[in-house]
Amino acid sequence: MTDIEPDETVDARGAACPGPLMDLIGKVRSAESGDVVRLLSDNDQSLTDVPEWTDEAGNELIAVEERDDYNAFYVEKA
Amino acid sequence: MTEHVVILGGGTGGTVLANDLADRLEPELDTGDVRVTLVNDDPEHVYKPVWLYVPFGQREPDDGRRPLDELVADAVDLQLDRVSDIDTEAQRLQFDGSAGSVGYDYLVVATGSTLQPDRIPGLREGGHDYYSESGATELRDELLAFTEGDLVLSVIGTPHMCPAAPLEFVMMADDWFRERGLREEVDITYTYPIQRVHGNPHIAEWARPIMEERDIEVETFFNAESVDPEAETITSMEGTELDYDLLVTIPPHAGTDLVEAAGLGDDGWVDVDKHTLEAEAAENVYALGDAAATGVPNAGSVAHYQAGVVGQRLASEIRGRPATATYDGKTLCFIETGMDAASFVEFDYESPPSPAPPSEKLHWSKLAYNESYWLTARGLL
Repeated sequence: MTDIEPDETVDARGAACPGPLMDLIGKVRSAESGDVVRLLSDNDQSLTDVPEWTDEAGNELIAVEERDDYNAFYVEKA
Repeated sequence: MTEHVVILGGGTGGTVLANDLADRLEPELDTGDVRVTLVNDDPEHVYKPVWLYVPFGQREPDDGRRPLDELVADAVDLQLDRVSDIDTEAQRLQFDGSAGSVGYDYLVVATGSTLQPDRIPGLREGGHDYYSESGATELRDELLAFTEGDLVLSVIGTPHMCPAAPLEFVMMADDWFRERGLREEVDITYTYPIQRVHGNPHIAEWARPIMEERDIEVETFFNAESVDPEAETITSMEGTELDYDLLVTIPPHAGTDLVEAAGLGDDGWVDVDKHTLEAEAAENVYALGDAAATGVPNAGSVAHYQAGVVGQRLASEIRGRPATATYDGKTLCFIETGMDAASFVEFDYESPPSPAPPSEKLHWSKLAYNESYWLTARGLL
């Protein structure tokens, strides 16, 4: 378990692709530089979508936490 | 005691449902045991797919408008009012101004999508769209006079109405400029927020080679951050900047503030069970069409099928029977691939789409459906 305290959390569990990534992008769009946004997603595609997008956008994926039936992604806005 | 069903929104979903209930509950409506009210803030029903053709000079906005009272069955009370508050505890809607309020036993939220161009600085001044009547006519004036330069189509956010329409627009524009002998003078660029050209991977895999073959440039992972109308540039969160001479965008979408204020869901979309379409946060409330956050495309066919499900469930509940009808994610969609060819997809929650080879026959099928849409709205087709 990580001890990172997110500034915002997006719960996209149950959403089909590309819903979780778009929800994350929407939240990062309104966040301040340095804020950490946590995305909760049970869609396996997010495991590739999120790192690809954070790389592309220059944000940092600082942790991915595996929970029982979903993943939590922690993204720090550049 | 009269059971009162109130439908909020007179778009495709609300109108089809109103007519569905008028037919399905005819005996109860006749005896006064049931009352159905459709509330809309515009006396006209709008068929938005017509707007795709307006910029190319092929349709007029009036082709997509009909008086709502001509489309809705007489047994339905049509109330032209703007709702200012939904109180799901008291089961009551407040009308704007001094128009009073109305109670409901069952509420169906069919409030659709709204455009939010102001979320992107410079977009209102620099961009054009065909997702509103005024946008489509203004774009028509620009497009008909456009003979050379960079045409950029940017999909700024999802979900948005008709996920196929951005692909349709660039494919139609490509063909339209070719037919007019101007294609070599016009560069077309398509941008999409994620790593492929469409949210659905099957449609993206089908469309990408067509776009390559037709020399439509593609920029993926492009989430527009701002538009500079003076410099004629659009910049993404990912740091890409594109020059444009004509910028066409799919503006950010949201639902309605009413939904959020009522605690029914975020960003104006109602959180629902994606099979029963029942709201998760309130009793006796359903949502359908764009307003319902089901993850399926915001498309008229979705609203149409969902209206049938909600109609069956409401009739069962009113008659004291278990409601068993469920929505399986069914979506039908024609996709224009040029000025005289189209594809077709059909899919649901379990079965992915498999786009049909584009043909002239499918193009005419799409145009024929557009003409016969008014039968759909009446619940006949």
